[in-house]
Amino acid sequence: MLNNFPLWPEQASTLAHHVDALYIFLLIICGMMTLLVFAFLIFFAARFRYRPGVRSEQIEGSTALEVTWSVIPFLIFMAIFVWGALVYFQERTPPADATEVYVVAKQWMWKVEHAEGQREINELHVPVGRDVKLIMTSQDVIHSFYIPAFRIKQDVLPGRYTVEWFRATKPGVYHLFCAEYCGTQHSGMVGSIVVQQPAQYEAWMNGASTGPLSASGEKIFAELGCATCHRSDMQGRGPNLQGVYGKPVQLDDGRTVTADENYLRECILDPGSKRVKGFQPIMPTFQGLVSEEQVNALVAYIKSISTGKPADGAKTSASTALPQSPAGVWQKAQANGSQGQ
Amino acid sequence: MPDSTLVGLHHEEEHHPELLHHFATAEQQRDAASLGMWVFLGTEVMFFGGLFCAYLVYRHWYFPDFAAASKSIDATMGATNTAVLICSSLTVVLALWAAQTARRTLLIGSLILTMLLGVTFLGIKGKEYKDKFEEHHVPGASFSFSGVPVPGHPGQYANPRHAQIFFTLYFVMTGLHALHMIIGLGIFSWLLTMAWKGRFTPEYHTPIEIGGLYWHFVDIIWIYLFPLLYLIDRHP
Amino acid sequence: MKMSPAIPQPVERENYLNKEYGVWSWLLTTDHKRIALLYLVSITFFFFIGGFFALLIRLELLTPAGDLVQADTYNKLFTMHGMIMVFFFLIPSIPAVLGNFLVPLMVGAKDLAFPRINLLSWYLYIIGGALMLHCVLTGGVDTGWTFYAPFSTSFTNTKIVEAGIAIFIAGFSSILTGLNFVVTIHRMRAPGMTWSRLPLFIWAHYATSIIQLLGTPVIAVTIVLVAAERALHLGIFDPKLGGDPLLFQHLFWFYSHPAVYIMILPAMGVITEIIACFARKRIFGYSFVAFSSIAIAVFGFLVWAHHMFVAGISVYSALVFSFLSYAVALPSAVKVFNWTATLYKGSIHYDAPMLYAFGFLGLFTMGGLTGLFLAALGIDVHVTDTYFVVAHFHYIMVGGAVMGYLGGMHFWWPKISGRLYPEGWARLAALIVFIGFNLTFFPQFVLGYMGMPRRYYDYSHMPEFQVLNVLSTAGSTVLGIGYLLPMVYFLWSMRYGKPASDNPWNAAGLEWKTTSPPPTFNFDEEPVVTWEAYNYDELDAPHPQEVPVAR
Repeated sequence: MLNNFPLWPEQASTLAHHVDALYIFLLIICGMMTLLVFAFLIFFAARFRYRPGVRSEQIEGSTALEVTWSVIPFLIFMAIFVWGALVYFQERTPPADATEVYVVAKQWMWKVEHAEGQREINELHVPVGRDVKLIMTSQDVIHSFYIPAFRIKQDVLPGRYTVEWFRATKPGVYHLFCAEYCGTQHSGMVGSIVVQQPAQYEAWMNGASTGPLSASGEKIFAELGCATCHRSDMQGRGPNLQGVYGKPVQLDDGRTVTADENYLRECILDPGSKRVKGFQPIMPTFQGLVSEEQVNALVAYIKSISTGKPADGAKTSASTALPQSPAGVWQKAQANGSQGQ
Repeated sequence: MPDSTLVGLHHEEEHHPELLHHFATAEQQRDAASLGMWVFLGTEVMFFGGLFCAYLVYRHWYFPDFAAASKSIDATMGATNTAVLICSSLTVVLALWAAQTARRTLLIGSLILTMLLGVTFLGIKGKEYKDKFEEHHVPGASFSFSGVPVPGHPGQYANPRHAQIFFTLYFVMTGLHALHMIIGLGIFSWLLTMAWKGRFTPEYHTPIEIGGLYWHFVDIIWIYLFPLLYLIDRHP
Repeated sequence: MKMSPAIPQPVERENYLNKEYGVWSWLLTTDHKRIALLYLVSITFFFFIGGFFALLIRLELLTPAGDLVQADTYNKLFTMHGMIMVFFFLIPSIPAVLGNFLVPLMVGAKDLAFPRINLLSWYLYIIGGALMLHCVLTGGVDTGWTFYAPFSTSFTNTKIVEAGIAIFIAGFSSILTGLNFVVTIHRMRAPGMTWSRLPLFIWAHYATSIIQLLGTPVIAVTIVLVAAERALHLGIFDPKLGGDPLLFQHLFWFYSHPAVYIMILPAMGVITEIIACFARKRIFGYSFVAFSSIAIAVFGFLVWAHHMFVAGISVYSALVFSFLSYAVALPSAVKVFNWTATLYKGSIHYDAPMLYAFGFLGLFTMGGLTGLFLAALGIDVHVTDTYFVVAHFHYIMVGGAVMGYLGGMHFWWPKISGRLYPEGWARLAALIVFIGFNLTFFPQFVLGYMGMPRRYYDYSHMPEFQVLNVLSTAGSTVLGIGYLLPMVYFLWSMRYGKPASDNPWNAAGLEWKTTSPPPTFNFDEEPVVTWEAYNYDELDAPHPQEVPVAR
């Protein structure tokens, strides 16, 4: 019904129904409150208009009334708050098995990479009925990935990942907007979300694949010589990355963090800041050496090797003396690493 | 800053020469001036509060780098400055007492001493800034902080980008504090002139009281700045 | 500002307007009433500049394509519109004009506690304003009034530092006004003027001053950091250099959300006075209305992050801020209910100020209730950064604050100028503003829920939004006329208006117990208050048009 009403946005995701339900509830509640206040205002304004000879009657106030009209609205507010929070939790909690898509925002375009390797610009193809999780970062300023038909929006920040998810329910082409002002061509940073039936989607998917994202991540992993230290046995100079994703990690300074996408990203770009307990600070920073897309691929790769194997327990490291020159050590160890793997 | 306008000198009224036309009594005028200064200091707390908030966030995130950067500033000079300021607070209190008890020489002496201590503070601060400038620790194009070890973590070096945040906060916070000191010196030189002319009496010394409030406040800010900036993760 | 009456009159009483003449008697005045008029002239100037930018924005959005101005120009237009309207019109509007004029009169003081600081605050405002104008004329800023980092610190090429300094200076002007009010209200009340006898206008300004004093310094220091980061390429907020852009947002909204209450609380104070007067009644639940102002000021400081629900803050902090946002909505609701209840068994007159008050009640109710939508986390995700937000805050800040400001100007104009404005025109203007406002901003709620993002100058990808945009633009021209009218007839009335009696509305309140316009030191003899606020049972009905006054 709503879809035929021209003043209403399309509903094309599972979340859209929840958001709209709450919105309609609020429209009704607030409409009633408005009507109530206006009815009293108009009634009093008409009934108690000035008439010569009739004086106003002074009333001090009424604590009972004050309490009533504080408590009742407060209870209504709390109902709205709880409902709003429940919807928000849904919006903010991607299902664990969602398909992952990496998004890199820059002034003024959206670059999208599917886990299977497809790349798109200002477009995102998704199948109907599948949970899709967007892992997003920005190359420059803050943007915001907004799909009105799905009722989802999330700011995309430079220097970290933010996440949003949806499950499309209706094939079609929907608006994608940048909702956080980002400079001159902010209004040009728009695109389309193409929702297809699974069969069509598969066909599209097979059209231009360059291999899965984790595979290019594996390639970069090898090219940068990461495998020399991050070996899959316990002998590496760096922590073993098998199974690390999603697990708690003990840090050198005593804290414990969860190895999520943001942690992995930070470890690549700024290895010193959250070093794993028991390892030397020998890893150089890759800030400026790898692009956002390459970081995404690396993260996708590390995640892919974590899902296959069970997680390791506490790691004990047999780290040796500091290397004289990091670059030399990488090359040397790269040679060893190829045997090790 | 506001107190320069709190006290008018041009109005001749019959009962009290310092009473402004729009106040009913001298007491009301003094209360208003004193409340005005307290409220203004509330504003100042929030002004520095924003900076302390930024400081705490980054200190939490980048503790080792902050510790390394903090170690590079001269804590002896900072401690000396703390002592200097505490002494100046004492002389401010002395000045107020002298005004209340009509001891003109002590009043003028204490005001001069306060200002001398204030100038000493700024001098030491200037030396610190000069050292930092020579070490290329001033944030900006020529900033350099490579190869500085993190205290207590052999083999680990501070991230220059994070150290630069420390130094930015260091310079903004101490710089704003120094600016407040300079304004304080301005206020006190005005107080000194008034005291020289014999304007303050046991009945009328509000300017010294609220000027002193301001001075104490600037001291207190330093009492917080010193440990936060100079003493991160220092071990004897 | 000088008056040369057209109507022959007996010898005019000496008042604050005719006591001295000449430019310097105005520019060096320490009289709070003259400073209020200085503010009135300057904020009106900025209001029309900001309004002109708004009209250009609306004209650009008449068609989906970006055809009137360039993208950069449009971005500067909405930025300068926001900065000028927020920092140079709305924040000083009611406090610096009506508050400045009325706070000493209402508490029975001869002046504000620190008259020279009051003048200093106007000069700071003018210096800040001049700098802002210079900034506009030499290129402007394109970041949006929100200055979000790292766009503002590392990417834009526009004059961030200059605009920042302008706002910094204007901020201190605002702080000094607040300081003066707090001290005046605490220390300068006339004998017998207890806290519970204060007009609610004073309570509202007291609450406003607290926000000005405690909020403004935070944005001042944030601007210092942005300027330093931009000038020296430091990394406080830019993640590329280790900084945190969210820290900027937290610091920015810590002031800029309470700033909304700097705009609306004084308007609430004005409306309270008007409703009491024209319903001829004591305000229903005086103490609840008074304390709700303080509650708004306090809770207002605890809700800033509801601007950041999609910015990347944690789910749990979003929960807390959503909850607190509902808490701050409650005192506003209580106020609306009390105003409505005040009308009950009143004897209501429909003079122009009352029409503005009704307009305020309508628009503020809608603005407030749409705030409930935005505070609901699930809906905020969809509508934040869309036209829904734009419509919501214009309902509060333009529908609420400007309606209150205009209502107050009409209510106290006889006191300020000593003249009556033409009542018919004033009622017409109130009607035009109300209709124009709704026509402009109501369609934007619909646009927002449809998903139109704000700050888009070109919506050729979504032509379905055009009809509503055309409606909005049409409304904005009506609104523009509605805002021009009062300026015209106020100016007209200064020369040709009928002289006003001391108390044309027969209103309660000390400001009506002195002459119109008041003498320089406000009262011929120090007032002693022996009555409660809003003692309308002791006053007759208003009869502004019928009083030929002998002065």
